[in-house]
Amino acid sequence: MNKKELIASHIARLLQDGEVVNLGIGIPTLVPRFVPGGVDILLHSDNGILGIGPEPEPDGRTRDLIDAGGEYCTALPGAVFLDSATDFGLIRGGHLDVAVLGALEVDQYGGIASWDIPGVRSHGIGGSMDLCAGAKRVIVGMTHCNRDGASKVRRRCRLPLTAKSAVKTIVTDLCVMQVEAPRLVVTCLMPGVTREMVTMATEADIEFRI
Amino acid sequence: MKRKIMSAREALAHIKPGASIMIGGFLQSGSPDHLIRALVRHGAGGLCIISSDSGNEHTAGPELMGSGLVKKIINSYIGCNPVTVELIRQGRIESDVYPMGTFVEKIRAGGCGLGAVITGVGIDTVYAEGKPTIELSGKTYLIEMPLKADVALVHGAVADERGNLALRGTAHNYTLWMAMAAEHVVAEVDEIVPVGALDPETVDVPGILVDALVKAGDAA
Repeated sequence: MNKKELIASHIARLLQDGEVVNLGIGIPTLVPRFVPGGVDILLHSDNGILGIGPEPEPDGRTRDLIDAGGEYCTALPGAVFLDSATDFGLIRGGHLDVAVLGALEVDQYGGIASWDIPGVRSHGIGGSMDLCAGAKRVIVGMTHCNRDGASKVRRRCRLPLTAKSAVKTIVTDLCVMQVEAPRLVVTCLMPGVTREMVTMATEADIEFRI
Repeated sequence: MKRKIMSAREALAHIKPGASIMIGGFLQSGSPDHLIRALVRHGAGGLCIISSDSGNEHTAGPELMGSGLVKKIINSYIGCNPVTVELIRQGRIESDVYPMGTFVEKIRAGGCGLGAVITGVGIDTVYAEGKPTIELSGKTYLIEMPLKADVALVHGAVADERGNLALRGTAHNYTLWMAMAAEHVVAEVDEIVPVGALDPETVDVPGILVDALVKAGDAA
């Protein structure tokens, strides 16, 4: 299992039967393959579909059935198609149980920065701010440190915020943390990871409760 | 009753330089590519494009954005169109970015006669800086203004000759709202049927909003 799969598999364990879940692009899209049998989640996508199913056969592809990343998908029995205003009404109106997002940084107050690296990468906002504002709980799945080895788990986010205090749970390749502002509580260490490793890799104030 | 069926060239003939153009579609789903290509051929420049994402490699979006005809894009997330990404990076086009839910509500407000959108999305971020706010029932909201356009280019699966549109799957997205918010609405469709052939239960965009119907794939 690689790092991303490890993170996705831990996120999958946090999802409960019957929950309506939005998966962001990147690591979150790996989550469905790790959801245990008997736990049925309903997948929602920002482009107006509730009940996304797995990838279709090549001849089953149609432009009328894509996910929020533009990948071809299927609609499971019981699926619903929605226009964008209704779809974002579901999101903003608090009707989604879980939003799983990637992030550039998170902080000990539940802040998340995921949309902009000023001067480097400005692709836009998409559904991320609505999801953070509306979902009943927000789970972040990301690597603990960036490519330069800097901690992505900060006291305060330095990059532009997606939301100031939206995140409940953070799952990284090192550990699982719950946000109990103004600190993060480590509740689980990944295999082979020690408390010292987590402490060294984290800028935020943390407490261990394993 | 005015005849709505025409060629793409005819449907777009009146578009002037500097026009604001809403383009429906979420990436390739519901993207009116036939009309987008006709817009490029029409050649009016200085355009303000209103599109959630400006398409991706499976659409005519990159062709439009790379045509030199676009001055500004009002959008939510353009990361899937490398041409747009590069143009913005080089500062060659202007970009106004909105959270996706706000983007669609601004368009809905524009078409539905509302004075503003009141939303808490984006509060306490740099996005909110400089924007007017209002406090209601102890919570702070942003005041976002309605968005209208000169032209909307949309895609539907089936139209009847009155312009009623049936949409499919994930191709719904912004289509109805853009058809309401724009002055001149052009719909490209895969199939045109006689009035009465479309079950009212399946109509997603009332024909009263649609000014021109173009059969996708017909000669321009």
